[in-house]
Amino acid sequence: MIALTRRYHFPAAHVLASPRFSDAENERIYGKCANPAGHGHDYGLEITVTGELDPNSGRIVDREALDALVEERVVSRFGHRMLNRDAAFAERVPTAENVAAVIHAELDAPLRAAGARLVRVRLRETRRNSFVYGDPE
Amino acid sequence: MVFQELVRPTASVRLTRAIDFSSSLRYWNPGIGEAENRRLFGPRASQHGHNYRLEVTLRGEPDPTTGMVIDLKDLQEVLDREVMARFDHRDLNRDTPYFDKEPPTPENFVRVIRRLLAAALPPGLLDRIRLNEDPDTWVEWVDEGGDE
Repeated sequence: MIALTRRYHFPAAHVLASPRFSDAENERIYGKCANPAGHGHDYGLEITVTGELDPNSGRIVDREALDALVEERVVSRFGHRMLNRDAAFAERVPTAENVAAVIHAELDAPLRAAGARLVRVRLRETRRNSFVYGDPE
Repeated sequence: MVFQELVRPTASVRLTRAIDFSSSLRYWNPGIGEAENRRLFGPRASQHGHNYRLEVTLRGEPDPTTGMVIDLKDLQEVLDREVMARFDHRDLNRDTPYFDKEPPTPENFVRVIRRLLAAALPPGLLDRIRLNEDPDTWVEWVDEGGDE
């Protein structure tokens, strides 16, 4: 199997707190990540796709189209934004687990329509933690 | 002894060796016209260059006497002969015969490298190949029992 990975970056702010919990409860569960004023990360995003090689282009996916899709659905939507204000996180806390799942859901159908398959999304929240949604490596 | 319990002699091990090389190229399919190449590949249809990084992973059982899956000197010798000598400081389109019929996209390039390494290494060892075209773009081939 051959798979192509492209890496992207977006800086974003978030607060790890659920409106279902009290402030004290959020503080207990999420610690300093519950700071109501927010904090942020330079998110690194690795998108891995597989599929048949197009014989003319020698590519799994049109890379410019992939870049444009990720730019539209992820980078411009979440970059330089407060994630908690995005509709996707109205009902769920923007933990990296949830952010990775949202990104996977955003990209899965359009990539399928483009003839590729989204293998996995890796979201690097800091240099010390990363999250994979999709097939294991 | 605890040590002997931990080092199971039949466990298969993966090892990865990395090399860096630099090449020029243009994404160009000789079988289609200039306009179609420009449409498909945009600026990549013009000659440019990359610092490639190749990571080759072998999988096998360590030899019971040497404790090695392969002697890294031998692996490096294969990488020097099959990859560095062919591609480092070369133009992929003009200096190699591998892209006369297909463009040197990383997808195609990793398949070329897989064929070269599979023919040069002891059979059954090649497990995966990762080729970085640049720090933000890479292609991986993973052995699934078939050729490609």
